Parts: sequence; structure tokens; C-alpha cells
Amino acid sequence: MAATTGLESFVDQIISVITNDGRNIVGLLKGFDQATNIILDESHERVFSTKEGVQQLVLGLYIIRGDNIGVIGELDEELDASLDFSKLRAHPLKPVMH
Amino acid sequence: MLFFSYFKDLVGQEVTVELKNDLAIRGTLHSVDQYLNIKLENTRVVDQDKYPHMLSVRNCFIRGSVVRYVQLPPDGVDVDLLHDAARREARGG
Repeated sequence: MAATTGLESFVDQIISVITNDGRNIVGLLKGFDQATNIILDESHERVFSTKEGVQQLVLGLYIIRGDNIGVIGELDEELDASLDFSKLRAHPLKPVMH
Repeated sequence: MLFFSYFKDLVGQEVTVELKNDLAIRGTLHSVDQYLNIKLENTRVVDQDKYPHMLSVRNCFIRGSVVRYVQLPPDGVDVDLLHDAARREARGG
């Protein structure tokens, strides 16, 4: 197959992970395996709320178990820098219901 | 295997993937694997005002286990081909 579905192309890139419990964690992808377990470096959580802007919580080096991962997105740094997170208001994402 | 092959045929088409947390992501199908993990390109979230969580994401990997629906283009299904393939699969090969 020409195109790979693996996470190779995201390694050493900044990624945004949406977890099954509805959290959004951003960090540098350092490694992954077949079960989508991932290692994130210099990570932080972005906490969305309707009352105030997006809060950023520093997490540092993190391993996320694949079971708990929903979406892994490649963060476009230019786009990301153009967003004003202090003005963004949203409900936190719902947890994944199987 | 049937659905894996089926999704491989859809690569390059525009699809909407609805997740089990109600988030719906639209994009061009880039690839799919044996777990039905999906990679999309040029993605945008369907309701961006309600879900601004992925505003700066243009390429993404969606874990197969969180997919609820994949909405296909109207002409994305060759019904006869799928019928035949499903019968063959039911017969065991």
C-alpha cells in the first residue's frame, strides 16, 4: 500500500490528541506502537470552558495508552499561533460512549 | 477484511467521520489500516463553533475504535460489487 496509516509522519511534530475522556493534550510526538500507545514530550493540556478562555496546563513528558486515544491531529503551528485562545469558549468535549 | 478492502477503494474521496463523542470530521480519505484506523487530509470539523478543539488541525489520524459512522459520497458505493463481495465473504472466501 502506498499511503501508510501509521503515525510515522507525525513523529517529531506537534500533535493534538483528543482522548476518550474528552481531554485535549498537545505535545511533541516522540514515539508510538501498533496499539496507538504514544509518547509525548513537552506536553500540555488545553482545558475548554464556557466561562473563560482556554486554560493551558503543563504536563511535561507523557505516555498515553492507545485504548484512551480518539483522534491524533497534526497541529499546524502557523494556524495555531493565529488563534486567540483567551477568547475561545466551548463546552469540553464529551467522553467517548461505546 | 471486506470492509478494509472497501475503505481502501474509497481513498482519495471526501468523507465525513462521526465519532462516538458526537464530533464529526470531514476530510479527504488518505488511508485506512486493518483496525479501520482512518487518516484524513484537509480536515475540518463539521460544527466548528460548537467544537473549536481542532481549529489548527489539517491532517489527522482517527482511531478505528472511536468511529461511529463514516458518511460516504453518494456515488461512493458500487452496490453490485459490494453484494458480490459480501456473498463471497459469507461463503467463506
